Amino acid sequence: MAIVAKPSKFAKYGRPTLAWVVGLLFFFPIFWMVVTSFKTDADAVKPEHLIWFTPTLENYLNMTENYDYWRFAGNSVITAVFATVFTLFVGIPCAYAMAFNPSRATKDVLMWMLSTKMLPAAAVLYPMTFITKSAGLFDTHFLIIMVLSLINMPIVIWMLFTYFKEIPKDIIEAGQMDGVSTWGEIKEILIPLAWGGIASTALLCFIFCWNEAYWTVRLTTTDAATLSKLIEGNRAPEGLFFGRLSAVSAAAVGPIVVLGWFCQKQLVQGLTFGAVK
Amino acid sequence: MGRIQLKSVTKSFGDIQVIPPLDLTIEDGEFAVFVGPSGCGKSTLLRMIAGLEDLTSGDIEIDGEIATEVPPAQRGLAMVFQSYALYPHMTVRKNIGFPLRMAKMAQAEIDQRVETAAKSLNLMDYLDRKPADLSGGQRQRVAIGRAIVREPAAFLFDEPLSNLDAALRVGMRLEIGELHERLKTTMIYVTHDQVEAMTMANKIVVLRAGVIEQVGSPLELYHKPRNEFVAGFIGSPKMNLVKGSEAEKHEAATIGIRPEHTDVSMTDGAWKGRVGVAEHLGSDTFIHVHDTGLADMLTVRVNGDISVKHGDTIYLTPQADQIHKFDAQGMRI
Repeated sequence: MAIVAKPSKFAKYGRPTLAWVVGLLFFFPIFWMVVTSFKTDADAVKPEHLIWFTPTLENYLNMTENYDYWRFAGNSVITAVFATVFTLFVGIPCAYAMAFNPSRATKDVLMWMLSTKMLPAAAVLYPMTFITKSAGLFDTHFLIIMVLSLINMPIVIWMLFTYFKEIPKDIIEAGQMDGVSTWGEIKEILIPLAWGGIASTALLCFIFCWNEAYWTVRLTTTDAATLSKLIEGNRAPEGLFFGRLSAVSAAAVGPIVVLGWFCQKQLVQGLTFGAVK
Repeated sequence: MGRIQLKSVTKSFGDIQVIPPLDLTIEDGEFAVFVGPSGCGKSTLLRMIAGLEDLTSGDIEIDGEIATEVPPAQRGLAMVFQSYALYPHMTVRKNIGFPLRMAKMAQAEIDQRVETAAKSLNLMDYLDRKPADLSGGQRQRVAIGRAIVREPAAFLFDEPLSNLDAALRVGMRLEIGELHERLKTTMIYVTHDQVEAMTMANKIVVLRAGVIEQVGSPLELYHKPRNEFVAGFIGSPKMNLVKGSEAEKHEAATIGIRPEHTDVSMTDGAWKGRVGVAEHLGSDTFIHVHDTGLADMLTVRVNGDISVKHGDTIYLTPQADQIHKFDAQGMRI
């Protein structure tokens, strides 16, 4: 009889159990938030209504009627979409240049880009606020789009760079022999070949933009305020209204959770970087 | 037309000079093969001609015009890569037609040229497939098709057969040879396989460490190798090189004798030795002979029907008119 390795007990039972525990732990806050969003503010803090309560849509109606949910959501969509498009527009040529025409500085440039992510955002809060205010950019879509683009640019370029690196250089060179311009190389060869990678990168960038709170909360008031600002705005001074806050939060994360659900495969590919060809 | 001239061409990567000044002319219609061990600079040289690699100094002329600064596509050269380098997202038809589309040719003419090329390469049944659905040989034919449709001044081949299995390689070798006969276009072919060089070339350029060791027709290189390196590189099995007193008898530092130019006897001869391995190929037998006191091992090529076995005593006699003599610097005397 052939000798085959037997899976250990841990692999057979322990690992799935652990996975479920971790999964439920991560899922619980979201579940709790959604449940709470259907409670009245009063019910939300009463222990006896922890599980048994009369569900109500009051919080959601209140949100759309009184807090202009759709304007915030619209701003979130506009800024995240444009920021993602702009980031890719700059990031693709940039990653292309570094992947296929590397110089001695390429590695350093990549590290330098990543190092900008190490800067604590709070450190530049005051300069950013003063500059944007005096430049008249405070609370504009343009500013938010630029800020979102710039903070996501390093990770986007890193991801694209990793994907582009997997394309054999011969194919790009064959293109050069066949008379493709630089832009043609990107359009005709690079983008079709790296399409999966670019899509994952775009998706991740969009999610990061949507979830961004630090700058969107601090650099907007009304005109360009996104859903993060709406949540922040519901931390009313007279105390926390858990029902209301939960509804706002659920409505803010809802679209992105749905998007993520449908794009699971792409996302996993994106996060495992070059593992998928 | 496709006359390619390299004038004092050099290439350095950082501080390392991989190609010291090099001059070479490839005449229109020639089939030139660059051959040499790996790392000898043959691919770099080809890529410099293609325009994919910059020259450190010197000039490349194509049909009398300086092309050193001309971008690859405008040089009128077509290249076939070792990895085929097909566009994986395009069908065979699109792959072959791609350079024409880039040249903004009318679609009707593109279709017509693609069909003509596909017919000549037996690819008609595969035009709507993607490269991933093709075998290695078919992929290589698509790569050649993509080169042919451009009607280039010269074809550049960068080890195009090394990814194919042995049988297919022989077949493709013939196909490329026939293509050259038919088109009469200049071809430059890079390989490390001296058999490919010998069978395909009109002109072989033997390179070592970026330096041209010899340029000549296959038979010139076989019969009159300029130095020991070329003598050892061209020909299969390799030429036997003998140093010492036996060489001094011929007033040389080293003598070379090809395996096929040695007579064999079981009873008497000039050199006595012991049979190591006898490789029976059917038509020929290669006998590797040890303990001759001349070199570690001598190889002889004899008729396939000879019956020798490991340990037999054997006598070898080199054919006097086939002995190559080299001086202490390894140059032919």
